[in-house]
Formats: sequence, C-alpha cells, structure tokens
Amino acid sequence: MTTEAGSETEVKEKAEESAAQLDQSEKASGKPEEVANAEQEEKEQEKEKEGKGISRYLPSWLKKQKSQSQTSPTKEVLPAEEAVSKVTQEEEGPAPEVNGHAEEVEEKEAVKSEQVQTKEAESNSNAIADTEPAKEESAMKSPEEANETTQGDKAVEQKKELEEKVKTEREGGGEGQMSIFPSPLRLVRKTKMKLVVCQVALLDGTDFTCEVEKRAKGQYLFFKVCEHLNLLEKDYFGLTYKDSHEQKCWLDPTKEIKRQIRSNNWQFAFNVKFYPPDPSLLTEDITRYLLCLQLREDVACGRLPCSFVTHALLGSYILQAEFGDYDPDQPQPLDYISHLTSEPNQNKEMEEKILELHKSHRGMTPAQADAQFLENAKKLSMYGVDLHHAKDSDGVDIMLGVCANGLLVYKDKLRINRFAWPKILKVSYKRTNFYIKIRPGETEQFESTVGFKLQNHRSAKRLWKVCVENHTFFRLNAPEPPTKARFLTLGSKFRYSGRTQAQTRLASSLIDRPAPSFERTPSKRISRSLDGEPMISITEMGRDMAENGREPRLELHSDSKDLDKTQDEVLKHQASISQLKRSFMEAPPPSPPQPNQWEKRLTSSPAAVIRIQQQQQQVVSVPQTEASAADNMISESNEPAKTTEVEIEETVVIQEVSKATKPGFVTITSSSPVGPPAEQETRKQEMKVEEEVVIAVEEKVVKQESVSSESESEDEAEYHPNVPISISHTQISEVEEEEEQQEKEEDEVAEHDVSVPGALTLPVAGQPAKEASEEIEESRTEDAEAEKKMTSADEKEREHKAEESTDDPLMTPEEAPSSVSLPEEPVAELVSSAEEEEEHKMNGESSLVEEEPQPQVICCSEPPVVKTEMVTISDTFAAQKTEIATKEVPIVHTETKTITYEAAQLDGNGDDEPGVLMTAQTITSESLCTTTTTHITKTLKGGLSETRIEKRIVITGDCDIDHDQALAQAIKEAKEQHPDMSVTRVVVHKETELTEEEED
Amino acid sequence: MAGLMAGYGHYTHAVVRGISASMAKEALRSSQSEVVDLAKARREHEVYVEVLRTRLGLEVIELPADETFPDCVFVEDAAVVCGDTALITRPGAESRRRETEAMKGALKDLNLNIVEMTDENATLDGGDVLFTGREFFVGLSKRTNQRGAEILADAFKDYAVSTVPVVEGLHLKSCCSMGGPGLIIIGSSEAAQKALKIMQQMSDHRYDKMTVPDDVAANCIYMNLPNKGHVLLHNTAEEFPESAKVFEKLKDHMLIPVPNAEMVKVDGSLTCLSVLINKKANI
Repeated sequence: MTTEAGSETEVKEKAEESAAQLDQSEKASGKPEEVANAEQEEKEQEKEKEGKGISRYLPSWLKKQKSQSQTSPTKEVLPAEEAVSKVTQEEEGPAPEVNGHAEEVEEKEAVKSEQVQTKEAESNSNAIADTEPAKEESAMKSPEEANETTQGDKAVEQKKELEEKVKTEREGGGEGQMSIFPSPLRLVRKTKMKLVVCQVALLDGTDFTCEVEKRAKGQYLFFKVCEHLNLLEKDYFGLTYKDSHEQKCWLDPTKEIKRQIRSNNWQFAFNVKFYPPDPSLLTEDITRYLLCLQLREDVACGRLPCSFVTHALLGSYILQAEFGDYDPDQPQPLDYISHLTSEPNQNKEMEEKILELHKSHRGMTPAQADAQFLENAKKLSMYGVDLHHAKDSDGVDIMLGVCANGLLVYKDKLRINRFAWPKILKVSYKRTNFYIKIRPGETEQFESTVGFKLQNHRSAKRLWKVCVENHTFFRLNAPEPPTKARFLTLGSKFRYSGRTQAQTRLASSLIDRPAPSFERTPSKRISRSLDGEPMISITEMGRDMAENGREPRLELHSDSKDLDKTQDEVLKHQASISQLKRSFMEAPPPSPPQPNQWEKRLTSSPAAVIRIQQQQQQVVSVPQTEASAADNMISESNEPAKTTEVEIEETVVIQEVSKATKPGFVTITSSSPVGPPAEQETRKQEMKVEEEVVIAVEEKVVKQESVSSESESEDEAEYHPNVPISISHTQISEVEEEEEQQEKEEDEVAEHDVSVPGALTLPVAGQPAKEASEEIEESRTEDAEAEKKMTSADEKEREHKAEESTDDPLMTPEEAPSSVSLPEEPVAELVSSAEEEEEHKMNGESSLVEEEPQPQVICCSEPPVVKTEMVTISDTFAAQKTEIATKEVPIVHTETKTITYEAAQLDGNGDDEPGVLMTAQTITSESLCTTTTTHITKTLKGGLSETRIEKRIVITGDCDIDHDQALAQAIKEAKEQHPDMSVTRVVVHKETELTEEEED
Repeated sequence: MAGLMAGYGHYTHAVVRGISASMAKEALRSSQSEVVDLAKARREHEVYVEVLRTRLGLEVIELPADETFPDCVFVEDAAVVCGDTALITRPGAESRRRETEAMKGALKDLNLNIVEMTDENATLDGGDVLFTGREFFVGLSKRTNQRGAEILADAFKDYAVSTVPVVEGLHLKSCCSMGGPGLIIIGSSEAAQKALKIMQQMSDHRYDKMTVPDDVAANCIYMNLPNKGHVLLHNTAEEFPESAKVFEKLKDHMLIPVPNAEMVKVDGSLTCLSVLINKKANI
C-alpha cells in the first residue's frame, strides 16, 4: 500500500516535473515522507471508514481533495472510476525505499484489474463496502489533479509553486489542512470542477439528490446511493435511466454517466437488478426491505402479475411490516386502499381481504413480514423476469424474459419455450437480431441457433446485455472481465463487471455490523404508484400494496419526476404483457451470425490484464488462438494515441473448468507464443514490428476509458454463457448444475482463466503469458516493418480474413482440449519472461519525455471534425462512432489541430488486422494522461503467419504540452522496450476547447 | 398459512356429476370398438364417489346427469379450479359447451371466484390442464387452443402457464397426471414421453417422473389430506396390472385402486370425473 501511494504520486509528479523540466532531485527528496504520510493517513482513513466515517458523507468535492492525499493508495478499492486512466498500484509489499525511485516503483507496479481488487476486498473482509467509495474518489481525483496542474503548467513558475503546494498538502495530509490552505490549486480546482446534480428515485418513492462530477462513472453515483441507503448487499441493485427513446436502461457502473445518458437528464432510479431467487438467503433485513419495495412497485405496475388473493396476501404483509399488528382503531390503511384501485368494486373487496389477512399476522415483526412477503412473491412466475418485446422468425410478437434460470419465451402470457442457461451456448446480437445458440439435446447432433427480431438494435443490444449480466450474475462464480479492447472491435465488449451472486453471497456473509435500523416509510411511494395506476390493466389491484403506506395525495405533487418515470414503466410493462400476439417461436435460426468468427471476440480488458500479472502460473496459452480474437477489435481511434505495434504469433487459450467436474483445479499451460503448434510448424513466421505513435495534446484530459466505452460497437456482439470463449482472460466456471456439462466449443477460440472454483477465487490471469510471448516474439523478430495505417474498410476485410485463417487451427481438439491443461511449451519460461516484460512495459508506459526523432513522415492537417472527448480517429469502424460523437458534441469554439506523423515505409499490403488487446493502462500524472494499449494481431497469409503487436500510447494533457518532446520521448521509450519496432503513425491532435459546458 | 401454493393436493370438496344414459351410445369417443356397459359404468362411478366421500372425507357435490349431455359425467373439462378461483371453460367439443352451466352454479355456491371463458375463439378442456402445484401445463389439443390457454393464464396469474402440444390422445392428461408434489406420472408411449420432455424443459422447477406402462393408467388423482397423507387414486390392477405394480413403489402413498374400465372406453379417465376444490385455501 505504501508503495502504491508513493508510486502514484510519483508518477504524477514525475510527469509533471519532466514536463516542466524541473530538477529531478527535488522530487526524490519529497517522496519518502509522502509515502509515510500516505500510509498513515490511509490507515486512519480506513478506521474512519469502518466506523462509518463522516468523510463518506462529505461533499464529493471535499472528499476528492482528501482523497488526493489519503485515499488514492487504498487498495481494496473497487473499480475505480478512473481505473484505466491511472496506473493502478496494487502490489503490496514493496518496501518504502523503492518509492524514492520513481522508475523502480513504476516497474513494480502491477496493474490489477478492478475485479481483482474487488475480490481481494471481498475476501479481506466486510470493510469492502466502506472502502469502495474511497476508491472512487481517489479515482476521480486524478483527472482533476491533472487539470489543475496542467493549468498551472502554463507558466512554469506557477507550476512549480503549485507543485510545492501539492506536496505540502500531501505531506500535511489531512483534509482539514487542505481546506485551511486556500492554495491556488484549490482555487483552480473549484473553478474547474463541474458538478452535476443527479436525482435518483429511490424505491420508497423519495428522491435522492446528490452532486457528482460531470465525468463521474455510474459506479460513483451508485455507491453514493447505496451509502445513502445504508445498503451493503448492493450487488442485487442498480441504477436505471431513460434513454433518448424512453427506454429504461441500466447505468453501466464502469462507464461515465454522461456518456450513457446522452442527454442532460440526470435522473435515475434505484432498482433491483438481479432478483435473488431465494431472498431468505440475503444477509440483511434492509436488503430484503428494499427488495420488498421493488416488488411492491412491480406488482403495482403490473410487471409482476399476481392473483387477487396473492395480491391481498402481499398487501397484508406490507401492512404488518409498516403498521404492526392489526389495530381496528387505526383505520388509516383503509384510506389508501380506497384510493388505489381502478376498479372500485374490487378495491373494496381487496381492502377487506387485506385487513382480514392482516389480522392473521398478529405478532409478526416487520422483518418477518417482509420475509413472508418475499416468500410469496418469489414464487410468482414472473418474479425477476425481465421482459423484452421481440418477434420470432415468423414475425410474430413474443416476449423474451430474462431471469436467473435462463431465457423464457412468452406469447400472450403463455410460456412457449424456455432456454435454461446451461442449454445456451452463446447469446449474440447483430443489428436488430438477437440469437441464442442452443446446446444440442441428447438426441440431436448439432447445435441450433434461434433468432429473434427486436424492435431495433438498441433493444437487441439491451437484451443481450441483460442476458450477459444475468447469466454472469447467477451462473458464474466470478465475472468475466469486461473486454476492454476497442481496437478493431466489431462488437460490444460489454461484460458484467460486478460481483456475481456467489461472490456477493460470500461477501455478505462477512458483513459484520449490527443490523442497521431503517424506517419503513411508505409515504412517498404512494404518489408514484398512484401515478402508475391509470394505466394498469393487468393487475388491477397492484397499487394497493404500494400505497398502503400513507396518504397518497399528499405526496402526489412532491415528486413529479418519479411519477413520470413510473408512468413510463407502467406503460412499457403493460404493453409488454398485453400486446403479445400469437405465433410460434422456435424459429429456425435465420442464418446464424458467423459463429466462428464472432466467438473469438473477447479481448482482455485492462482489468483482465492486471489480474493476469498477478497470477502468472495460471495462464494457459495456445498459439494461434489469440490472433483470431484480435480480429474483431476496432482500433480505438477516438484518442490520440501512440501505438507500438509488434507482430507476434501468440495465442492464449484458456479453458473453462466446470466447477462441478474439477473442483479446485487450476491449470496453466502455456505454449511459446512464437512456436507454432504442431500443425503450424511448417509455417514460416514473419514478424513485423510496428509502432504507431500518436500523441495528442488536448486542452482537457481525456479519459481513455470513457472513450472506449463509447466506441463500443452497437451493431453486434456475442457472449458465450457457458463457455467463455475467446480471449478474455476470464475465469468462467459455471455454478454446478447437473445437466450442465463442462464444455468447450470446439469451433471457437476459448480463452479462459481457469481458477479455483471457490466462489471468490481470484480470476486467473492470462496476461503474463501474453506478455511473455510478446517478449519472445520481439526477440525473434526478424523483420521490422512499418505498416501503413489502415482504412477502416480494409481493416474489416482483414479482420475477416484473419478470423478465417485462424479459425481452423482452433477447432482442432488438440489445441483446445476440454481438459484442463494444455501441454505445450515451457510455462516457466513464459512466466518469467512475462514478468520481465511487464516491467518493461510499465516503464515504457510512464510518461517520460525524451527525445528521439523517429517519425518519418509528418503531415499536419486540420481535421474538420470537432471533437472534444474523442480526439483522433485513426482507423476502422471508429469512423462511425466518431460521427456520432461529433454530432453529439456541439462545441462552439474549438480549435483543433492534428498533426500526423506517419512512417515512410508503410506497406499497404493491407492484410488482416486481427487484434487482441494485451494491455491497456493509463497513467495519469498531473499534466499528462498516458494510456498505453497493447494489441496483438496475428494473421496468416499463405504459409506465413504474421503476428504483430501494436502498442498505442495516448498521451493527453490538458495544457500546452510540448508534443514534439512528448512524442519523441514516447517513441524512445517504446524503442527501448522493443528495439525492433517501428513507428507507423504519429498523430498530434490539439484541441482548444473554449466552451466547456457544451461538451457532453 | 394462506401462502401461495401451499398444500398442494389438499382438497375439501369435489364436484361430480351423474352418468347420462346417453353416454353409452352418444358420448364422444376416439374408438368405437368397445361397447360401454352403462350399468357397470354407473357402478364404477358409485365406487368412485364413495371413495371421495367416505374414504377420503371430501364433501361431494353431485350434480344430476343431463341427458342432453352424453359426456356430462366428465366434469373436469367444464372447470379448472385453483385456489379460490374457478375458471369456467369453453369446452372444445361443441356438444359439451353447455355442460358448464351446472358446473358454474355449483362452484358459485362454493363461493369461488368465477372466471368465465367468454371469448368465442377460445376453447379449453379441463382435461388438458395439468396443475403441478407450481405451474400449469396446458395441452394444445383438438379440444384446447392457444387462446383458451391464454385465458387460463390470465385467470391464474400467480402461475406460469406453459403450453404443450398434444399429438396423441384426447387430452394432455390422457397420458399423465401428478403423483405428488413434484412427481409426474407419465405414460410410456412416445407421445407421452415427449410431452414430459417438453414440460421439463419449460419448467423452472424440477419434476420427478414415474413412468407407467399404460398411458391411461398414468391418469391418477393425487391428494394430500389431513390424517391421510399422500393419497393416490389409480386404475385397478385388473385393468392395468403392469402399471399397478409401478404404483406399488409409492411407499408413502395411500394407494386406492378405483375401477374405471367402462369410462376408459369413452376416453374417460379418473381425473375426468371430478373437480376438486380446496375451500380451506380460500381465505
């Protein structure tokens, strides 16, 4: 921890200094102290947190300040807002001395995934929940910091001052101190920080209002809400927002809020996202209470249909929970009930029934009443079923319901089919189509694919996401890491990134706090339910329960926003339930979407990468497979990037180990990436080393992550529920189920980290292997060749080629055995080299500036596109997205300048451009934000197999960076790491944004 | 406890109906091969009613036979009762539509919530409805269509309603029935086995199955009664000796063989002869 604290600061400072050309000795002097301080502070802070420190409730602004000195080093932190954009420092242990030397520290820093962190946190203890917010804050801090410093940077002298201040502040440590000193920094910060007011409709009908930074991620807001609710078992919940089409969408915690809402409507609703099949297994009563509230709403709005009797029964439990024993002298419940129903007759009847039942609950505590409520609600057939409109292949309207057990198909309220998760091999979407690939039955020989048509591609994607999330949450022990790479992406890399049910259960079993007291206040909910009322046709009595609480009228006016929301929801759900028309569903699969090609799409996310580094021994690598995964990525062109590409032949295949069959078994096999597998031995390898350097200087800090989130392809994506296929460094072990077989799709590249089946095991990392291979490859590089930047069209084509070429080998059982281990080449070697490589990389990624004029072609252009967040679009499909982005960014006074350097010897041979993201990391310093993504591509041309590693380094700064210098330095570093690399492209993009508010 | 789905198989009342004299000649039947002995049929029916009333202690409501309805003895098809809700069906056979009137009256008298199937496009025979305690399976047969199933789903909102194609036999329950909570008794014919597979696939719940050699014998009546525990009414060993052996495996069940040889000739199985009601479940 200490190290981290130190290192992070150092990284930043270092960058800052170098940029400002400060004396290095200066920085060295300050460090140890800082570290010590940070450590101390951190401890204190943690104590504080565990005691529910006040700091958590401080304005985010203050917290950020504080986090600068205190929180950032925190380890057990959950996914930071900015995880990617800053170097995550996770390695515990390195001695403090190291801190004195920035480089060393950097080398040792391991970039870990957020998920890993999560897991650590979980296994550590219950402190997790408390610490989570802290990390967010720390994460949030970095951009600000950068901003501040950068501004200061304009005048070197001023900057020096600032730096001093920063140090002082850090050393001083405390929040109090910081606030006492009205340093220039702070002033800057104040003016710089843009806060947005978010309104979150809570389940009890109240609104929670809080300010978040404009660039905050979903997680930040979500944690704030959970904090407010005093909720620890938060994994079952999520935030929703209405998209521009009034569709309810889940806010992705890992992405910036504002990039998701795409409007200035910062209104959200707190909802249950995953309905626990057995609520009695929840640890805390408060969690059950919130679930009850959600279910009341579900019943009230018709989303959860139930019979009259059940409705009355549920209502009676609500009365018992909120009013205690039946008291004839306290007739207030009647008041609500009478307002509730659209059918007065039934209303009366309902009321009587409820009261009658209420009497029978005498003596029941509120918690017991809630539990009884849930026991009954969970048995309802639509409990936890998320319905989506669709059409079958014949164009008949149906509903697809996603739930804990799988996918349900309804036609007019009738279940006409059901696909349990274990039966589903893959879910994917392409444009407006949604496909599921079904495991062959006992008597069938072939897999079948069932296709459905959604209303539009957004719906298809939304459905797909929900499937991915539900499957992961309910069926896996640990989430597949979200695939981070955006290079050459053809599909969404979306993955569920939160905890799975298994994980959250384990985590909540560690909750050790006195049951939090909370008030069951139905009052404000009433208004919402009422609002929904008129439209409810399906469940007439729905509202009663919701309104049982209090005088509905009083509240009606108060939260009009809520009302709207509910209305919409009601409408939607009603429509969904009632509009079904008849048809038959089991659609003969309309030409399944190129299964083989798509299957390899998963790429490792930064998170995965990070993890990998920790657990090198578990990596299984098989030559060739990787490349295929690479195909599908779209280069992340949104940002100015410096990219180093080295071609390498490498594959990583990790198999899924079914928990049931191989408990506790972890297998690692690596093959020398360079050495082709048996069938490939004859092939000659041609290595290309290529480096692309793109440096962009922006007025504002660009967050890599946010960009990537946007660049997600909307058109299609796939997900393999059972077998995590493809190159994600994942560990997917399915929760044991008897009908489930451990299985591997032979025609797919599957890369999984196999990890110990224990629910909370750390995901195995595949990274080291990859890195190792990278190194090896480099050493063997025979031919260094600069390659021309490809046009998007070309790239597409290439990708396809690559996919095809790589598919075949993968299908061979030898390469992708379903057994756990893949015997191939020296693992140890790989691992060790991987470590080395890692260090190299880390060094290279730090944003040092040194001179080395590598670029051979320089061209300057003034791009007509005005962008704020996305800076440079180098290639591929990003073009599309860029357009979109551009449209949405009506920046007025923007000055954009892009300088592109391109290598002279570009070979336009335009071959396949499959890519795998190897690493992605971002170092945020005070003035610069450096993001390095490593992307490995493998192609087969004729007998030649060609692998290239592309490193893309994006340096973004919010001040006047000397981009020549930055470029030179970046190139130099890259060269140091990979002497054979060549620079293919350098883009300098400068953007002066004058109107910040316009960006969105 | 008035909880949802509590006490599967617990019944307090049964509605039955006398055998119409026209049954022997005019009842709808899939095969004309055997002649129905009306007197024997009546004797058997008496035994059936006595078992319900005396042996099992149910309150039996006996509706008089109506000569205009040869099939009126098969009351099951006229109504589906679950909890306190009774769905008055719209039988698939035109000639049977008005059988429901008497049934409706009887159920009303029992203070059940009556839901009527008025949609002219809907048909549903109670014999196609298998209630497992957790959900409904509705056979789509010659007698029951999708719309009928939809209305049933609407009437019993608490439960999932899945449709099962009936390719052979008259009704879904012509080859299956519940033998206990989570236990499906299924015939061994290919069609029966296929139906079972579909039901298993469609369900979120797990069902055990007990396969009996004869499809007809797979239609049994399960009850769970106070002081009696699991009760299973099944066809006699005389009629289906092989199947009767299988029932012997149900050690925890009180097995009550009920003669039904004559009804079987007109596609009438045990469940067809009564509508079972749990009045105590109605709060």
